[in-house]
Formats: sequence, structure tokens, C-alpha cells
Amino acid sequence: MRSVKQTAPYTATQNACNLCAPLGAALVFKGIANALPLLHGSQGCSTYIRRYMISHFKEPLDIACSNFGEDTAIFGGGANLKLALDNIRRQYHPELIGIATTCLSETIGDDVPMFIQAYKAAFQNACRDEQLPALVHVATPSYQGTHMEGFHGAVRALIQTLAGREAAEGPPAMNLFPGMVSPADLRHLKEIVIDFGLEATVVPDYSDTLNGPLWTEYQRIPEGGTPVNALRRAGAGVASLECGLLLAAEKETAGTWLATQFDVPLHRQGLPIGISQSDRLFDTLAAVSGKAIPQKYTDQRGRLLDALVDGHKHLSGVRVAIFGEEDLVAGLAAFCGELGIFPVLCATGGGRGRFADTVRKVMPDYCRDQMQILEDVDFVTIEKKLAEMDGEVDLLIGHSKGYTMSRRLGKPLIRVGFPVHDRVDGSRLLHLGYRGAQQLFDRIANTLIQVKQERNEIGYTYF
Amino acid sequence: MSAIPILEARKAQIHQKGAEPFDITCGKHSLAGSVSQRACVFCGSRVVLYPIADALHLIHGPIGCAAYTWDIRGALSSGPQLHRLSFSTDLREKDVIFGGEKKLAAALDELIDAYRPKAAFVYSTCIVGIIGDDVAAVCRKLAQDKGIPVLPVHSEGFKGTKKDGYKAACDALFRLVGTGSTEGISPLSINILGEFNIGGEAWMIRKYYEEMGIQVVSIMTGDGRVDDVARSHGASLNVVQCSGALTFMADMMKETYGIPYIRASYFGIDDMAKALYDVAAHFSTQPTVMETTRRIVRREVSAIMPELYRLKGDLSGKRAAIYVGGAFKAFSLIKALRYLGMAVVLVGSQTGSKADYATLQEMCNAGTVILDDANPLELSKYIIEKRADLFIGGVKERPIAFKMGIGFCDHNHERKIPLAGFEGMLHFAREVHASVTSPVWQFAPARKLAGHREEEFRA
Repeated sequence: MRSVKQTAPYTATQNACNLCAPLGAALVFKGIANALPLLHGSQGCSTYIRRYMISHFKEPLDIACSNFGEDTAIFGGGANLKLALDNIRRQYHPELIGIATTCLSETIGDDVPMFIQAYKAAFQNACRDEQLPALVHVATPSYQGTHMEGFHGAVRALIQTLAGREAAEGPPAMNLFPGMVSPADLRHLKEIVIDFGLEATVVPDYSDTLNGPLWTEYQRIPEGGTPVNALRRAGAGVASLECGLLLAAEKETAGTWLATQFDVPLHRQGLPIGISQSDRLFDTLAAVSGKAIPQKYTDQRGRLLDALVDGHKHLSGVRVAIFGEEDLVAGLAAFCGELGIFPVLCATGGGRGRFADTVRKVMPDYCRDQMQILEDVDFVTIEKKLAEMDGEVDLLIGHSKGYTMSRRLGKPLIRVGFPVHDRVDGSRLLHLGYRGAQQLFDRIANTLIQVKQERNEIGYTYF
Repeated sequence: MSAIPILEARKAQIHQKGAEPFDITCGKHSLAGSVSQRACVFCGSRVVLYPIADALHLIHGPIGCAAYTWDIRGALSSGPQLHRLSFSTDLREKDVIFGGEKKLAAALDELIDAYRPKAAFVYSTCIVGIIGDDVAAVCRKLAQDKGIPVLPVHSEGFKGTKKDGYKAACDALFRLVGTGSTEGISPLSINILGEFNIGGEAWMIRKYYEEMGIQVVSIMTGDGRVDDVARSHGASLNVVQCSGALTFMADMMKETYGIPYIRASYFGIDDMAKALYDVAAHFSTQPTVMETTRRIVRREVSAIMPELYRLKGDLSGKRAAIYVGGAFKAFSLIKALRYLGMAVVLVGSQTGSKADYATLQEMCNAGTVILDDANPLELSKYIIEKRADLFIGGVKERPIAFKMGIGFCDHNHERKIPLAGFEGMLHFAREVHASVTSPVWQFAPARKLAGHREEEFRA
């Protein structure tokens, strides 16, 4: 078992395998109903992040910006933030504005919480007949962590700012913090929780806002998302579930906040990718709801296992390299371990020093000692490692920024996670639960069969 | 329909032809909170320098700016592909406190040794000036050590608009000009400025000029090479495309080297032909040049006309909206759309000048909406009100059109298809045709609704 950290000695980052923190925060705020994200920094931050996310989600994706100029950088961003909030209110009438900082506003030392206090005070003095949108602030300097820290930070900020115990009507609500997953994953998770007779407060929920239908009338803010009222009731939830193995080791998260402030029981597990982590999800939901696992899911599990058996020879001994966000990679690696696929290399641009241990723990003995686990690395480093392991890798699993690497190495790439900029179905990719495992399994097996078939001189039609 | 409000502070940047005397405000820093479609100073610099394929492009700052501009454009290179990689000093928290100069020097040292570029550009991002890095000093030191030009680009995102980024890029690029030998450069020679070789466009244009007997010394910056830029001061004429990206360069070359420049656009039949004729006219002492040019234009135009006519049959009478970065592209697109029988109902740009908008106003029909530095809500409001059948824009505009059931043509730097040149006009027409005539729109609820409203109106 070797693990490599890029921090010492210093090397330049070449083709990064991560993005910056404000992107993660903006994505979270896009998943709140009638909310608008606001980046406190330069115009480019919001435009680049919009462009990057639009290429994946293929949806309108408005992100406002406080648009620093030279004066702002000298005198501070207070006035710009105020103007931005005013203009957003006028144009969008949002229920919530999610304010994420950037490297610029953090470096000049803007005190955003103070700006927000002042804005609230001025608002209360001026316009009493209008409701002020909820203002949620998260510190996301791009020089700290990756987009995943921005993502989890924004989820935590939403809960810390808004969660209370307002009485809820209807079925008991469960708080679900699924991590950075696809709209299809979010839809599937909601369906599962509801099938257990629970109400799901999924934070964030961009399953509709970033994967919606065509419109009849223009929507200033696309419909869907976690209702702000549901966030306000999160303290009254019957339980919280937080997904992500690395996230589960964090001391300050949305889930730990609800546990310490409101005694909401916290369940933590990895992303429900593959069989054992999905089993865990269903067991937790059964325990929380007091209900048996619905037949529908037992059937899904049954069909999945049947497919695994039918196809196991195609996968057995296949060697993969997995890259992307740390929790996603850990989840996929564990699933590969269940399939008999050997993840010879696991890499992430993030990691915070805990990636290697986390991955190691979920791997079966037979491959644990022969894996390369790389954290805080870029694509040039990953590709170099793979080139050194010449011939040892059959398949790549990761997001579409690994395509050029896959092309040079001549190894197929199974696209997962974010971003998927070179296929049409980024939003619809399903990774979670038995159905997600089924989809992943089918895609992996079919890709391997296709390679065998195309390389075969005879061109068999049975496999 | 719920009315989409226009911010009071934005109203002066929107004009509807015919309603009032022409006046439009532009060239302003974008309004905070308005969700501008523009990017920043860094983006302007990156756009200009990106296609130089044998240079190292190192982005000094935290990771975001480099990550979001990795292999972002369809700017092709016939040789090295170094421009398609993303290099960052990836500053972290302690660098923000103690400064990033050491990392910058180490990164340059490592990357120049690894990739052997002909020059290196170092882009400053927002925080570089604030943390007090002396980028110029580090660049000087590394230039000396490595024996290649290492050029700082003053592209801190907040220090102006995208246009200021163009200027910062030209300032850096200009330092290369005049450093190479001008041997073997013909008196009949040009530089092509502001052409980025998206989908191979620069190659097509270069071929036309070379066929005319004109030597193309350098293209800035499409399929760009450091050595070509270094000797570009030997050319007799600069031909400048685009609303302003390389105009700064043309001005500096005129002042320092006395090279005159003319403007050109390569989009659409009229403008493409004019770009060739204007160059031919400049070299009128050689009468064969004009004759050859006429022959080329005749040949190229007659090659595409039959299919254009066929496509026009389906497109005639349709309405188009245009929102692009520079206004010059919009001029060309309006003319190109006329060949397809299409009328323009909305036109806007991120960086147009007052004169640009006046020209647009003259070119358009009454009622056309003209916008400067628009935002998604404004664009949506007017494409719906004006019942556009087609929207021409970039990635950020595409989903707005699609949600409302409107066809779309990508006319940005990310596209893979060449739209310039005579051949490009045909690609453009096919693109427009493929989207506008797709059967999918029959299922779009907004179009159905618009259809009902139109019928009601007629009844």
C-alpha cells in the first residue's frame, strides 16, 4: 500500500482533478427552492462557474455576482454586496440568497457576516411590508480545499443559519445530506425515503432545478429544490443521514450540528454505491421509519445480485483506475471490490489527508496491498502513474476530464459524477442504491464486452 | 405570462429601434447582482493568448481560474498542443499569507524544463496583486535562467472588464514583436490579427490570402507560434478581426513599426469577400492580386450558393436573436442571416461601443431590441416577446433558448465547426437549418403557447 501526497515537495498543478470551493457552494444553493446563489468576488467567478456547470447540466443556471472593481478591492466589498442583494431582490424575488465568498473577498478581509447584519438592520428600518429573503453565508476561499469543501460548507451553513424546530405537518421528516450526487440520484433517494413513509428533506435537492422539463413560461428561478421551510424545520427531524465516508469523519457538518443543537439522531455512512453501502441505507431507513424494506427494493436487490452472478466472469480480475471526488471514488472502489474488479489506482484532487486510509478500509484484503492511492493530485500525475503501471489497467472510471488520458492510454472511460461535459446524460446518470449499482454494473460489463468483441478477429455475436 | 422586470440601472443599456432617438449606455462595469453574461479581465487575456500553441500558459493563483479554462476552446493547432493543458500555481492558504513568489518561480522552473516552450505567459489572477507578489521580477529572473521570454500578463479579474483583459494580453504579446528576424518576408505580406482558428478557420482564411499571392507572416493568435509573433513586425499590413481584442496590438504596431491596419470580418459572404478585396486593394500596385481575388470570390461563392438557396427556402421569414461577445461579429451575423432570409429581432453584445451600437441600430429593422451587457432575464424577456425562432450565442445563452423551445446556433469559442470563410457560411447555414427545422420544437410547450396566442391574435 503506497499513498502519495502532492504537498511536498511543491509542484505546479497540471490539469487539476478538482475545482474551487465557490462552485460547490453555488451548486448547493441551486438546490434550494426559490433561491439564488451570489458569489462575492469578481464577475469571472460566477461566469466561469456558470459555464462549467451549464456544460454538464444543460440548464439555465443563474448565479449572481457582487462584481468587484478596483475600488471594491481597495475599499472593501460591502457596498457591492448591498447593491447585489438589492438587485437580486428586484429581479428575482428569491426566498433565499446564498452568499459564497471567493479568494478575492477573503483575501482583502471582507467581513461578510457583518455586511449581512448591516443589510438586515437597514432593511428592517426601511421596508416593513416586504419580507427579506433568508441570507445564508458560507466562506469559500478558493485557496482552501476543493469544490467539495464548498459543497459541504454550504450545506452546513444552510442548516446552521436556518434550522429550528418549527412544527412540521404530515409524516415525520428525515434530513438527508446525500453529498454531491446527480439529479437522478437525488430523485431516486427521495423516492426511497418516501416509500418508507417518511418525508425527505434533502439538502441540497437540485433534482428539478438542474434537470427540469421544457418551460411554458420563463422561470426566473427554476421550480423545485429544498423548501426553505423544510430547512427551518430540520431541527425537528426524526433523524439525519449523511452520506460520504470522508464526510462521516468530519466533526462539524450539517448532521453534527443538528445532533448537538437539536438532538436529531445522526446516521453516517458512505455514499450508497454498491451492495453493502446500499444495504446500509435501507437498514437505516427501516430502523428510522420502523417499517420493513418495501418489496420493490428487495426485488431490485434481487435482480441486481442475479445480474452480478450472470456477468461476474466479464468483470473478474479486471483492473480499473478510479478518479474524482474523494467520497465518490471511495464508494466506487468499494463497489468494485464487491464485483471482483481490482481498483489498482484510486486518485482524487482533494482528500484532506484522510483519503488513503478511508479507501483502504473499504477494500477487500486481496487488493488492499497492491493499490496506488493518490490524494491532492492532478491529472498529469495520475496519467504518469498509469503509464508507469503500463498494461496493468483495463478501464478508467471517473468524470469526463479524464477523457484525454483515456484516449492516450487507449483505455475506455466509464463516465461518472461531475463534470460530464462530453456526453448528454450527466444529469441522468444514476449511481446510488440498487438501481444505481445495476446501472453502473451494466455499463461496466457492457464496455468490457464491447472491448473484447471489437478486438476479437472473429466477431462473436454471443458473449 | 409573469412580466420580467428590467432593473432601473440597466434601462439605459437597452434600446428598442424606432421608439425614441437613439441612445445607449455601454462600456460600463457590470452591475452587481444583475447576472451579467460577461466574464472578467483574466478571461479577456486568456481568450486572446490561449491559441498560442508552443507557449506555456501558467495561471498564477488558486486553482479555479485554471480549472475552468482547461481545454475550453476549439482553437486548433497544426503542431504543438501545449495550449490545451492547464497549468496553475494552485495557491493555498499559507501562500496567501506568505506570498506566492516562491511557488511561481518553482512552477516556471519545473514546467519550462518539462515542456520546453518557446515562451511562457504568466497570468495574474485576482489575489496576486493583493498578496503583493512581484510577478514581473520572478518572470525576469526565470527568463534569464531559462533563456526564453517569460511574460507577465496583468489580468487580475477585478481590474476592469474583459476588454481590459484584451489589452493586458496585447501588452504581453507585444513584447515578443520585434524580437525575431524579418528575413524572407515579402512586401506583399500581412498579419492576421484577432483570428483564433476555431475549428480551423484561420487555416481557411490563410489559404485564401496565400492564393492571392499574399504572405501571411503571423496569425494572432490562431494556430499561433511564438516565432511568428516575434517576426510579425516585418509584415506590410495588419488585418484586424473582432471588435477589439487585437486592436490594441494593431495600434501599438502602427505606432512603433508604422504598420497600417485595416479591419475585417470573415463571417458571411459579404464580409469575407470584403476582407479579401480590402487586402487586394491595399496591394493595388500588383494588379494580379485583385484579379486573383475576384476569381477566388467567384469560385467560392458559386460553390456554396446552390445549397444556401435550398436552405434559405426553409428559413425565410424566421426571426433570429443574436447575443455575442463582440459587436463586430453581430454586424456580420446580421448580414449573413439576410442571405438566409431571416430577420433579426434582438441583437446585443458584451463589449460593444457606442459607435458599434449605432451601426447595429442602422442595420436593424424597426422594433429590434439592442442590448449591452445583458443578463439572462433580459434575454429571455425579449426572445419571448419578439418570438424568436433562433438564438445565436454561447454556452450560457443556449439553455435559455432551449427551455423556451427556440432553436440555437453556437457562435462561441467552444464550437468545433468553422463558421468563418465562404465554406463557413455554408456550415453556419446548415447549423441554423438543423436546429430551426428540427421536429422537436413541435413538442415545446412555450412554442405551442406562442402559436395559440398568434392564432388568437389573428382571429
